[in-house]
Amino acid sequence: MGIGTSVLLKMNAEKVLGMLGIQATVQAADIAKAKVEGPTADIILTTPELVYQLEKMPGKIIAIDHVFDLVEIREKLTAALS
Amino acid sequence: MADLLNQALAEGSILVRAQASNWEHALELAGSALEQSNRATNEYTKAMVAAFEELGPYMVIAPGIALAHARPSEAVLSTGLSLVTLSEPVPFGNTANDPVSLVIGLSAVDHDSHIELMAALSEFLMDVMKVNMLLQAENVEQVRTLLR
Repeated sequence: MGIGTSVLLKMNAEKVLGMLGIQATVQAADIAKAKVEGPTADIILTTPELVYQLEKMPGKIIAIDHVFDLVEIREKLTAALS
Repeated sequence: MADLLNQALAEGSILVRAQASNWEHALELAGSALEQSNRATNEYTKAMVAAFEELGPYMVIAPGIALAHARPSEAVLSTGLSLVTLSEPVPFGNTANDPVSLVIGLSAVDHDSHIELMAALSEFLMDVMKVNMLLQAENVEQVRTLLR
């Protein structure tokens, strides 16, 4: 499980999903956990520097530059869900 | 709201307008502040640097802001934060968010006891104006007042 970046990203993704009225389960994960459990995720949110670690996952990968930017998260999540 | 951030920042955990020559030095400052405030041992500082070397500059989570941490381990003595403002911004090799002026060190004993703290930290760091004032702060008291 993650403790830092992934926790912040999870919190802000949940805020955005709430605003959009989308029900979803969001889990925080470090790279080791993401490699094991990632294949079951519909969407994986990460930071650009970690995308290469998560290639070959079946779900969509979204790279978030700015973990506190709810507008960026909303735009990228909306695009991935459409 | 309880003053979670100031509680998490024990005495000795805040460095104001520090000078760092590079990313590694900046992480060591955040780690030494965790050591000074009895949150973690030097092994934890080394683990943070190693995590950065292994996974790259993903720790730079927003423009100018790095969140430095490693996995919970025996090197963590208690859950808490350190906070370092840099007098000169330092490049961390992050395309979107370089250079870094604020390094937050995080030590966590496990995976869930610090979640409320992270919510408080997130709320603070979202406020660009407050973060800018934090970077201008000249002493620890000014930092603590902003975090309150």
